[in-house]
Amino acid sequence: MLIGESRFGMRLPGDIGDSDIRGAIARAHELGAKAYVSADKLFRNDELAGLPDYLRLIADAGADAVVFGDPAVLMCVREAGVELRLHWNAEMTGTNAATAGFWGRRGAVRAVLAKELNEEEITSFVRESSLEAQVQVHGMTNIYYSRRNLLQSYMDHIGREAHIVDLGPDRGRFLAEAERPEEKLPIYEDANGTHVMSSDDICLLEALPELLAAGVRSMYIESLLKTEAYNLAVIRGYRAAMDAWAADPEGYVFREEWLEAIREHQDPLRELSFGFLYKEQVY
Amino acid sequence: MTNAVLDTAARGRTGKRYRLDKPELLAPAGNLEKLRIAVHYGADAVYIGGQKYGLRSNADNFSIDEMREGVEFAARYGAKVFVATNIYAHQEDLEGVADYLRQLESVGIAAIIAADPYIVETALREAPGLEVHLSTQQSTMNWQAVKFWKEEGLPRVVLARETSMEEIREIKKHVDIEIEAFIHGAMCSSVSGRCVLSNHFTDRDSNRGGCCQSCRWKYDLHEGGLAVANADEHQFTMGSKDLCMIRHIPDLIEAGVDSFKIEGRMKSIHYVASVVNAYRQAIDAYMADPESYALKQEWIDEIGKAANRPLNTGFFYSKPGAGEHIYEPEEKPAPYDFAAIVQEYDEASGIAVVQQRSPFKPGMEVEFIGPGGRAFTQRIDEMTDEEGNPLTVARHPMQRIRLRTDQPVRTWDLMRKRLL
Ligand code: SF4
Repeated sequence: MLIGESRFGMRLPGDIGDSDIRGAIARAHELGAKAYVSADKLFRNDELAGLPDYLRLIADAGADAVVFGDPAVLMCVREAGVELRLHWNAEMTGTNAATAGFWGRRGAVRAVLAKELNEEEITSFVRESSLEAQVQVHGMTNIYYSRRNLLQSYMDHIGREAHIVDLGPDRGRFLAEAERPEEKLPIYEDANGTHVMSSDDICLLEALPELLAAGVRSMYIESLLKTEAYNLAVIRGYRAAMDAWAADPEGYVFREEWLEAIREHQDPLRELSFGFLYKEQVY
Repeated sequence: MTNAVLDTAARGRTGKRYRLDKPELLAPAGNLEKLRIAVHYGADAVYIGGQKYGLRSNADNFSIDEMREGVEFAARYGAKVFVATNIYAHQEDLEGVADYLRQLESVGIAAIIAADPYIVETALREAPGLEVHLSTQQSTMNWQAVKFWKEEGLPRVVLARETSMEEIREIKKHVDIEIEAFIHGAMCSSVSGRCVLSNHFTDRDSNRGGCCQSCRWKYDLHEGGLAVANADEHQFTMGSKDLCMIRHIPDLIEAGVDSFKIEGRMKSIHYVASVVNAYRQAIDAYMADPESYALKQEWIDEIGKAANRPLNTGFFYSKPGAGEHIYEPEEKPAPYDFAAIVQEYDEASGIAVVQQRSPFKPGMEVEFIGPGGRAFTQRIDEMTDEEGNPLTVARHPMQRIRLRTDQPVRTWDLMRKRLL
């Protein structure tokens, strides 16, 4: 599981502060799970101050890895003199194995692949990279991130009292563009800025065997902006599929009921899609 | 290029410290002609795109031969040429990077501007004659990250556009490295590199140059199932006003910014000439005499003549708010239109040969501008083609036209006509 707080991490479904993180990590370990801590935001000078101490805290609490995007985290890991496994997550910009290799030579053991890669790119990334690969297999993805307070600015512009309005993730706000009214893009604001999310939910359940065969080590489920019931159904479905594959890769058959259980909870306004897995992009 | 030496700089009468080294003015050049104009109007360096690995896939972009020509031209003015190789490469883009970088090195390119660490390290290893500048696409805004890149061997970092003046000062205090900052032009409202709106809407990859500016489209914001505001003019948008720091040159220089970067490889000759012209004069005026420096209205006016876009100071002084975004129609027509470029001038007769870029005719009021803020207004009297045949209108693009100018002009001066 991936945990943390918005002081250091980005777009977490909830904040687990200094006093709770030790317990959370311990609980994950009791249950036989790994606990990775998110420190993957792009830092400003004044946000660096608490970072070395935080890294000491999570290392001491037994975090199985720290996830970073900003090289400042590498500098602070050195400064704090701690041993922590490093997962490199540059979000949209984690696009090739050679760059993952660059971060690997500076200590990263895992690369989080950009969600905008297709199957061929994922396969060749995994083949060429010496780092473990993590791919998001389910949930929404961030498609736009700004340090500006875009919702607040808009509320000011139209004369709404923004300071009394909650602009956070739980308010169900979305954007729709005139020519694509059916695409509803969730939008929210937090201490790190404004986040716009995809209108569809990635669902690669049916493509799992291909990803597993390609050597993808970690299948990431994004739980942000979903109900607990939804997340449970999703985790159960992927768990079942991955266990079935691990038990017998050759005899593996996809079971429609895994997907059905997810569909039952799926917001009808949000499409389940293969994301960029089978797409060809131009530029 | 030397680094800002704040500590050893001279002290003025007020006891305030001033910088002795002049910051670089860095201008965009979408093609060879724009490169010549940018350099002629006073850019210390220009940045261009090659045919590969750059983020403006639809700008003109330079072939290797054109780069060589550009480098030779710039060298005559003591100016440098940088190449933007700022994509985030996908697997298929990796091959050929080293060869390409060696080619850039061999034609005399001074530096590349790179974001992808693979391109950074390939350049350091394979083309040591090239300086590697870290692109703003890496969104670097803290001193630890800047220090990381310095230790990797980079002499310069282009900061994220989200960095404030105060943060720049702090970064300069912690790390001895050249800092480049955008001071003028259009901006992504997203953190650089962290926007894939185009990928989602149109399957065009923004991080490889395919962005279709979806942030500037109009959206309805829905709340509890309803659009928040219905009237068209109040739609939601992510579009940001353009950056303009002409009023804050002393702050930028004193904060230790080493390179002042103007955005806009897609912009017109007219735009490049006027923006470079204005900033050149402001920087020179400050460096000549910091204590009596005063902002001139004509610099601000000059910037407004080529483009009439809503402007702001980005993140330099505070986080942008409602006033910094574009909710109204964003571009009003510019008050002047580029009409011709001066190619020759004969002092004895006072006749200039100009090359037409948009139609003009006798009787029209035009303004001539040149580097250093030279400018005068006149009416066109008679004009002829090159054979001396009188013309009632110059309607053919690139046609060479002879006309009398009220004051001496020089090659590469621009002639523009008033529209509003
Ligand atoms: S859509 Fe806008 S914010 Fe996104 S990359 Fe393009 S210009 Fe930048």
